[in-house]
Amino acid sequence: MDILKFITAGSVDDGKSTLIGRLLYDSEAILADQLEALHASNRKNDDGTIDLAILTDGLKAEREQGITIDVAYKYFETDKRKFIIADAPGHIQYTRNMVTGASNAGLAIILIDARKGVIEQTTRHSFLVSLLQIPKVVVCINKMDMVNYSEDVFNHIVADYKKLAAKVGLNEVTYIPVSALKGDNIVYQSANIGWYTGDSLLQHLEQVEITIDDSSAHARLPVQWVVRPQTDELHDYRGYAGRVSSGAFKVNDKVTVLPSGFSSVISKIELYDKQPEEALAGMSVTVHLQDNIDISRGDIIVNSAGQPQLSSVIEADLCWMDTRPLDPSLTYLVQHNTKTIRCKIREILYKVNINTLDKDFDEDFKLNDIGRIVIKTAEPLAFDAYEVNKANGGAIIIDSRTNVTVGALLLRGSVA
Amino acid sequence: MSKYRLDYLDELEAEAIYILREVAGQFEKPALLFSGGKDSITLVHLALKAFRPGKFPFPLVHIDTGHNFEETITYRDDMIARIGEKLIVGHVQDSINEGKVIEQKGKNASRNALQTVTLLDTIAKHGFDACIGGARRDEEKARAKERIFSVRDEFGQWDPKRQRPELWDIYNGKIHKGENVRVFPISNWTELDVWNYIRRENIPLPTIYFAHQRDCITRNGQLMAASPFLNMDEADVVARKNVRFRTVGDMTCTAAVESYAFEIDDIIDEIASSKISERGARMDDKVSEAAMEDRKKGGYF
Repeated sequence: MDILKFITAGSVDDGKSTLIGRLLYDSEAILADQLEALHASNRKNDDGTIDLAILTDGLKAEREQGITIDVAYKYFETDKRKFIIADAPGHIQYTRNMVTGASNAGLAIILIDARKGVIEQTTRHSFLVSLLQIPKVVVCINKMDMVNYSEDVFNHIVADYKKLAAKVGLNEVTYIPVSALKGDNIVYQSANIGWYTGDSLLQHLEQVEITIDDSSAHARLPVQWVVRPQTDELHDYRGYAGRVSSGAFKVNDKVTVLPSGFSSVISKIELYDKQPEEALAGMSVTVHLQDNIDISRGDIIVNSAGQPQLSSVIEADLCWMDTRPLDPSLTYLVQHNTKTIRCKIREILYKVNINTLDKDFDEDFKLNDIGRIVIKTAEPLAFDAYEVNKANGGAIIIDSRTNVTVGALLLRGSVA
Repeated sequence: MSKYRLDYLDELEAEAIYILREVAGQFEKPALLFSGGKDSITLVHLALKAFRPGKFPFPLVHIDTGHNFEETITYRDDMIARIGEKLIVGHVQDSINEGKVIEQKGKNASRNALQTVTLLDTIAKHGFDACIGGARRDEEKARAKERIFSVRDEFGQWDPKRQRPELWDIYNGKIHKGENVRVFPISNWTELDVWNYIRRENIPLPTIYFAHQRDCITRNGQLMAASPFLNMDEADVVARKNVRFRTVGDMTCTAAVESYAFEIDDIIDEIASSKISERGARMDDKVSEAAMEDRKKGGYF
């Protein structure tokens, strides 16, 4: 059994909380004491049924202010798969939260209100899903009960969305007509929507194929920790511990250590008491090399035949996440894999209006702004373009005055 | 591209090992908070996988309320002897003796709330900059929103509104002096995942997790172990029951469930068909709906 992480993009008005509540409720992922709290609540729908949105209710601090602060994680499973939902708020002031939730997602559910169709926020959500390169997209056209389960309405919205998908560059999109409130096509296929013969949302989530890049050309192992017991019997033991971020390493593979550029050959792969022949993306291992070369945390071991870019002047997309605007005169920190070094934002090329997808050329870069910049780092970074290899193309910006994470970087390419 | 996918337990394990190694790499003086419960026992097992054949780059820290189940302490001491790592114990009794906290009175008296002070003192005394804990996001909705690297101010407080964005698997452990970070490597595990992992890895557990006979009383609709630490009166009727505990905490606030689950397979079956969530068996969360959020803000684990 594997795990699928997905994000739900939409706002309360689209019935997002109800959709998540319905998924959890109908797949019997709610435990008795939670159910008890649910039944005890005064909040009911107009027809007297339980308001399932309560299941995604947030913190006291949020309820007091009537807002959603943050990404909440929900867990459920079926016989076929385990699921982690990153439930992020959908309004524009929470763009950074959606970016955060999207960074780890393997699939995105985009909610559209059948009465409203493709609107501004649909564009915004789709742009972010595309920017963060979430591999699979499901467009749930919700509140079908409010439009008499009309096939025409559904088809119109699908046609509109296809134009948007082409514009933002989304390829693998699935469309499902649903009513979260009534439970149509969420867990069970709906008799109310006889003209739709595809899977329900849950059936789709259970079956959708998620692939991983295990080609040796993209083999990347950021070194987190050097294991050196320095005991009498393990005097010469030197293992490089880390999680394979992409691709696969095998014993006897020729590898290069960056940024130093030294080469060697993998002599052994360890996973505690096991010695597997290969280490695949996602595995936390300890690797041994034939030659005794100087490697420490912050270095990256890569397959010699497929090396990343190595540069200290890099073009990147930046999502700003702090209430203080970007200050190009400041020195920030950039954290890429296990390396944290100083950097400056050398140039702002443009910003993107994420509601209209138009380019802006104003100077300031504020909270939730997204755009293209050029970054200069104190040492070269060994990175891949985000669109080629997500795992080695993302980085964060830290404000060294506050230590807060203030930006997400999607590295695109070195600037000559 | 291939259809190859890691099995979910392998994926969760690899993620937790990765997080533990990030702690080792990013902090000067980390510590692993060990409660004697299954979650922190799982953390110790994951640390073995992350750092062996080397030593742990951190000590284990146990905050002892003095009201522990005897079985927990026996397990702790046996485990330390087996793995040969350093253990630091902070005693709530010391905090009481020093006048930093006052023992609660009355029927529902518990030292559970007092341990926050002992924990913060222990952190300050040893200068820990990161504390690894076994909390999981599926336990409770305040936890569902907490980061894997969760920054606390010098009063140990968590501010849900000022959390750092946490992107991809990049964890920002930068802090100012006096602050520290709580790190939760098994955030993404569910209760059942922990049990399935313990079964797969053959990890030994304290005996109170398995069904046994014990004298109990019923309080607020829950079964509590009769013990000298529980303030009892004539109204409390002691009865011998077949019980086990789903969490291991202070004897005064950890409720038992009636159970005939003598083996780990029985426990997994029991949980899989269970009707009450794990923290529902902790009286300390029942005080109010927002209890956990409030305690987290105050520096609780």
